[in-house]
Amino acid sequence: MLNTLTLKQALDKLDKKEVTLSEINSDINKAIKEKNEELNVYLTLNDIAVTNTEEKSSLAGLPIAVKDNYCTRDLRTTASSTVLDNFVPQYDSTVIKNLRKAGGHIIGKTNLDAWAHGSSTETSQYGRTLNPRNTGHLPGGSSGGSAAAVAADLCIASLGTETAGSIRQPSSWCGVVGLKPTYGRCSRYGVIAMASSTDSPGPITKTVEDAAIMLNHIAGHDQYDGTTTTKEVPDFTSFLDQDLKGMKIGVVYTNIEGLEEIKDTFLEQIKVFEKLGATVEIVEAMDPHHAIGVYTIIQRGEVSSNLGRFDGIRYGNDRSFFGHEAKNRIMLGTYTLSKGYADQYYNTAQKVRTLFIKDYKKLFKEYDVLISPTSPGFAKKIGVSESSAMFGELEDMLLEPSSIAGLPGISVPCYRDQETNLYLGLNIVAPMFREDLVIKAGDAFEKNTKWNSWRNK
Amino acid sequence: MSESCKYHLVCGMEVHAELKTNSKMFCGCKNDPFGAEKPNSHTCPVCLGMPGALPVANKKAIEWTIKLGLALNCKINLFSKFDRKNYFYPDLPKAYQISQYDIPFCYEGVIETSHGPIRITRIHLEEDTGKLLHKEIKGEDVSLIDYNRSSVPLIEIVTEPDIKSPEQAEEYGRALRDIIRYLDIGNCDMEQGGMRLEANISLQENGKEGLPNYKTEVKNINSFKFAKQAIEFEMERQEEILEEGNIPKQETRGWDAKKSVTFSQRTKEDAEDYRYFPDPDLPPIRFTTEQIEKIRKDIPKLPHVLVKEWKENYGVEERYSSILFNSPSEAKWLEELFVLSKKEGLKANKLVGAMVNKNVKYNFTDKVESVINEFKKLNKTDDVSDDDLIKIIDNVIKANADTVARYKAGEKQLINFFFGQTMKALGKKVDGGLLRKLLTQQLDK
Amino acid sequence: MLNKITKQQVHHVAKLANIPIDDSEAEKLATGFRETLETITDLQSVDVSGVEPTHQVTGMENILREDKVDDSRTFTQEQALANAKQTHQGFFVVPRLIKK
Repeated sequence: MLNTLTLKQALDKLDKKEVTLSEINSDINKAIKEKNEELNVYLTLNDIAVTNTEEKSSLAGLPIAVKDNYCTRDLRTTASSTVLDNFVPQYDSTVIKNLRKAGGHIIGKTNLDAWAHGSSTETSQYGRTLNPRNTGHLPGGSSGGSAAAVAADLCIASLGTETAGSIRQPSSWCGVVGLKPTYGRCSRYGVIAMASSTDSPGPITKTVEDAAIMLNHIAGHDQYDGTTTTKEVPDFTSFLDQDLKGMKIGVVYTNIEGLEEIKDTFLEQIKVFEKLGATVEIVEAMDPHHAIGVYTIIQRGEVSSNLGRFDGIRYGNDRSFFGHEAKNRIMLGTYTLSKGYADQYYNTAQKVRTLFIKDYKKLFKEYDVLISPTSPGFAKKIGVSESSAMFGELEDMLLEPSSIAGLPGISVPCYRDQETNLYLGLNIVAPMFREDLVIKAGDAFEKNTKWNSWRNK
Repeated sequence: MSESCKYHLVCGMEVHAELKTNSKMFCGCKNDPFGAEKPNSHTCPVCLGMPGALPVANKKAIEWTIKLGLALNCKINLFSKFDRKNYFYPDLPKAYQISQYDIPFCYEGVIETSHGPIRITRIHLEEDTGKLLHKEIKGEDVSLIDYNRSSVPLIEIVTEPDIKSPEQAEEYGRALRDIIRYLDIGNCDMEQGGMRLEANISLQENGKEGLPNYKTEVKNINSFKFAKQAIEFEMERQEEILEEGNIPKQETRGWDAKKSVTFSQRTKEDAEDYRYFPDPDLPPIRFTTEQIEKIRKDIPKLPHVLVKEWKENYGVEERYSSILFNSPSEAKWLEELFVLSKKEGLKANKLVGAMVNKNVKYNFTDKVESVINEFKKLNKTDDVSDDDLIKIIDNVIKANADTVARYKAGEKQLINFFFGQTMKALGKKVDGGLLRKLLTQQLDK
Repeated sequence: MLNKITKQQVHHVAKLANIPIDDSEAEKLATGFRETLETITDLQSVDVSGVEPTHQVTGMENILREDKVDDSRTFTQEQALANAKQTHQGFFVVPRLIKK
């Protein structure tokens, strides 16, 4: 089945003319027909046929799944909210433009927590997505649809977005690779804004190698996003297959309450880094519980402002269509920014954010990368998110510190439970604009362990 | 307000003016809402507030704001930023206006008026909203929205409550408009909404220090005359309330130009809470002192400064010079003209008088030399010796003995009669001053 | 104070946020409010004296555009109105905002 090819494999086979694009597409479409209804991965499928497949392009017209919060010209974009039920953008987001230019074909738009608010994909107003690894469980979120699309081989690669965990956590739960680039590495222009100061578009793929290829094509300065860096975009694939000798790895958050279930497994799995020549040390970092507060306040505040535009006048339905979670967040953000409270909440949060950045600066003087489990545990059972307003934040606690600091991170599978077929993820974090380090470490880990299901069929 | 009033006006103004940049404030759409052929044709994802669209600030608009600030003697914040001002109204597509909250580009300036100085509190830069039209369509009451104006750069100039009379408010508005136009950064077309006035008005009892414990804000004033009238109306209205022992409501009022009255729009109870916070989409702005000085160098001398200088240096009267020019290039041309006229030993004030009275025709595209020549021609005198002149004067005196007697009896204005008669007899141009001097001398003999 | 978010306060915030809610929803939202506020009170224990706030993690400044018309993004009127519920002669339409 050609839908199970990784991006790199597919490109190689097309290059050698061992397969044709239409053969790959045919297998992908077959898989979608078989599984999409059950998994609820795609909200909208692109019925525009692939064009220019003869012409040689970097991504060769291969089918890419895109989270439904990227604006795609002439292709319905909902952010999984009925507020945008009939919204058909008249413009492409910059990342999509870049992807198209590189020859990627958008096969469909994937499900997410409505407005990317959540870590379960259960808050989608179009129904939850199921975890392809075990359908009694959730895929995580908010990019749950994209992670599930990759895990179920309903695409060759995909795009997600992360504000604090939304790429890495579902990647962990679905046993795939999720790369959250540095804030400012990939343009946010045309991505429906959630928390503007931390939103980061990035790839969710089958391998680290695929993530590097995808990042090569979507990263870079954008004149329409004043927060994108003008720093040069390196060839991220050049950091694959590198020696880890001399790399200093700090292990953080192992003593956090709630990690007991997976702590030993995790520590066992990261021993491979030492075998590969890196030094590994357990190190104290600033308490990630504080990051929950910082993130919650900043995110709710920015959300309340960003979702103001959805008034049903120029596009979409009116504000009564917002789901409970969105209302909850808009209201809380409105409250924390309002007169008399802004200093107590928003301004304090931005100051604690500074403390996290300082803490990272200190840690990165000693270590090249910092690692931790991506999520405190395996994928949760369906329905679990509905009971708590803070479900996502507790779930993403280990990822929030690096998100509020804008740092790049990657989640790679680091364990599979044989009984449940569910995965754990290893989160690797590096200093600003050092995606090269997370790719290098992630790729080495992936290639020297047995947890990647495409490399170890 | 009655003459024997025991209150005095305490008034500050907030003026909005659109900048005439080529493109909009936060996107590359054309900044020409009034020139647009169709509604909603100068829009893009950014100024329509489409999902995912992001702003990038227009450099020129920022420089122009600072330029105005420097012209109004403001201090400049070297570090500044844009903030989001959150509120809902259909003409505001993002449900927040990108504005400046606690760090405006300019602060603490001053503008002179004939009634005294008015301190400028701050000048900040923001974006304009879309335009609303209220209509009935097929029996339904609706409002129509055109976003061509959405995100046009808009500056807000806020004063301290230094305005002491309705007349001063009117003069302030005009002076501000003239400066913005003179700097060539805005059209300030009041009818098209290119400049909008708001006045914060209250009354304080004479002899009492400090600010009154209330104020009313009158919005949507679209002419300087209306600003004066609105303040006059408010002064009378508020005086009546105060005289009854009450305090006028803290509220926002509108100006009804047809009825010449203000009317209540919104009271403080439902005052806005704008939830300002720094816009995460727009990195902050930092200037160096050198950059500010460079902008300062580009600022032309303002009309009131020039007029004063010209009086001192060339003896040109303000009543002439102030009406002669409307732009820095015209002022520069005049300066050249005055320099040359001084060099040629001509009186610049006479030259200017002749220009104002259209005795000397001129164009700002003319060479100043040709204007000087024109003026010289006008004043060219023929060569007549003093002796010849005195002979002719004496003839005129002889021929008009009766009139001479009346002159000597005190009807001094008859000198003009002799002046005319002498000129007639002479048939040539002579220096009028000299002739007058000789006439007086001969008549008084 | 944090745990005393009342239904009334929720209604006030809903008005500010332009979110239409009914009483039963206000009750439910008040619960979520309380739970969230409890979690973030943790921040009050952090010493932030003398710490500058971070609004921008990239540290970038002066990202400005030249004053040039860029019509590569400009919509036609049809595109601008393409997703609107109600339009009239090129305008967006809403119920009348100002009383006659």
